Amino acid sequence: MKTFIRPSSMSENHVPYCPGCGHGIALRLIGEAIDELNLLETVIGIAPVGCAIRAWRLFKFDFTQAPHGRSPAVATGLKRTLPENTVFCYQGDGDSAAIGLGELMHAALRCENFTVFMNNNAVYGATGGQLAPTTLIDQPTVSYPSGRDPNVIGYPIKMTEIIASVSKKAYIARVALNSVRNIREAKKAVLKAFKTQQRRLGFSFVEMLSACPTGWNMKPLDALKWMEEKMIPEYPLGEYAVTEGLE
Amino acid sequence: MNEKVLMTGNEAAAEAAIRAGCRFCSAYPITPSSEFLEYMAHRLPQVEGIFIQSESEISAINMLFGASAAGKRAIVASSACGVALMQETISYLASTQLPGVIVNISRAGPGLGRITPTQADYWQMTKGGGNGDYQLVVLGPASVQEMAELTYLAFDLADKYRNPVAILADGMLGQMMEPVVLPKFRDLNSLPQKPWAVTGAKGRERNLVLVAPYTDEEMITLNEELDRKYRVLEAAEQRWEPTFLDDAELVIVAFGTAARIAGDVIERARNEGIKVGMIRPISLWPFPKDAFKNLEAHVRTYLVLEMSNGQIVDDVRLTRPGDTPVHHYGKGGGWKPTSKGVYEQILQLWRCIA
Repeated sequence: MKTFIRPSSMSENHVPYCPGCGHGIALRLIGEAIDELNLLETVIGIAPVGCAIRAWRLFKFDFTQAPHGRSPAVATGLKRTLPENTVFCYQGDGDSAAIGLGELMHAALRCENFTVFMNNNAVYGATGGQLAPTTLIDQPTVSYPSGRDPNVIGYPIKMTEIIASVSKKAYIARVALNSVRNIREAKKAVLKAFKTQQRRLGFSFVEMLSACPTGWNMKPLDALKWMEEKMIPEYPLGEYAVTEGLE
Repeated sequence: MNEKVLMTGNEAAAEAAIRAGCRFCSAYPITPSSEFLEYMAHRLPQVEGIFIQSESEISAINMLFGASAAGKRAIVASSACGVALMQETISYLASTQLPGVIVNISRAGPGLGRITPTQADYWQMTKGGGNGDYQLVVLGPASVQEMAELTYLAFDLADKYRNPVAILADGMLGQMMEPVVLPKFRDLNSLPQKPWAVTGAKGRERNLVLVAPYTDEEMITLNEELDRKYRVLEAAEQRWEPTFLDDAELVIVAFGTAARIAGDVIERARNEGIKVGMIRPISLWPFPKDAFKNLEAHVRTYLVLEMSNGQIVDDVRLTRPGDTPVHHYGKGGGWKPTSKGVYEQILQLWRCIA
């Protein structure tokens, strides 16, 4: 019999997220992977402005926060000076695809040997559900209440595809946190990302599609259904690059 | 050993940083600071250090944030508008109490401006620039020798007070060559311990570098703690060079390049019987308030000489005891005073008070 227990890398602090939010699932997967790879004593987490800023509360290892969008630059400074440690960034989609696009792109371009988990919930959650670069066409937000009109504010950004086009030594995947099956696949991607880093094979990036029922103005179950019907077709799941020597 | 070498100010600051134990530099090219970056690019790998040419100044200062959080001595160099881009993270460094050294080889502004020397970044460096109640320690060298010495000192101050420290120079000091005696290499094992650094929580409680305290009360407590630190800095770290202050009736206040030019003129004026002296602030923050103590008995007027429309003059007006007149001679936009111009200003004021 297997007991479902809290990963030893995770604290007993209250999970500071809304009901139905995907952050708790994403962070738990990271915690499980850190346990399984025995990284507790070497891992350093970085989480910047946004809902992600509270991530440190859920873990027991060294953690630093970062200015909005700048985690990949902070991680560059950390990892280059501490190459033996495992360094990961946990960023939202506004953080990584809007204000921090430059820092993320250039870390990917340099194939920096750390891991970025991008939680994509298609809105700015912490500030109340404004449009993000990842917001779907016609999706209503508090800043564009009649829905995203591409003639006004452009099309959703495909970060995984973009990163895969510039990062030539990298593990790159997109996963979704909406069903048991997809969450199990997500866990595999998290493990592969950390292994890529451990083996010094290059950059690792996992985009995690994630629900924000509060920002979407939906009930949690409806949010999961919307992910399946609308979000995943727009953002196809799968591995977009696998580092040579990983498998 | 201790022989003199001929270097530019940019190179002297960079070499002094390495000798102070700095092994990390991230920078983005900008005139007139780029020679600093180029020097580090070839020199740091020789000492197993890390140099990264970043994609922006924003990224450069955040790389420093990471290296500093890891407990390493780290430096960035830029100029004026490039430093403006760093201000957000400089405020974050102050709030997280991470050490780090920022070299501003400033250029004329506002805006992109010109690459000519200026002192118009005095407010930028000493009065914030980023958000919130914070202070940088700011040092203003006036020679290539001081570019080396003050950069070396900056790392010790940054570590001692866990605060970012800025070097404020200009294109003249950054690019001119002078003989310099370089400081000794620090043994890396002798550098201050940093038990707060995030290095992996092995055999200890975990460390956190938090830019956002979790409660409103913690935010107020942090501000109180920072304020106490700044008051200690004000009491302990004022630096200035006095010249003929014992009997001066006319006192020039000038730092950096402006002070170099004034220094030559003071010699000549003294030879002609003019009782002129000078306060040269070396620490621009904390401003050397103590330099002005007990001067009211014989000082009858102050002349602030600066390469800006009037910035440090505010601090002189706030600091000088009583109501001794404070005159300003200066201009921004890359204007440089001449010896003749400064002499004429001295003569004019002397005639009024003598």
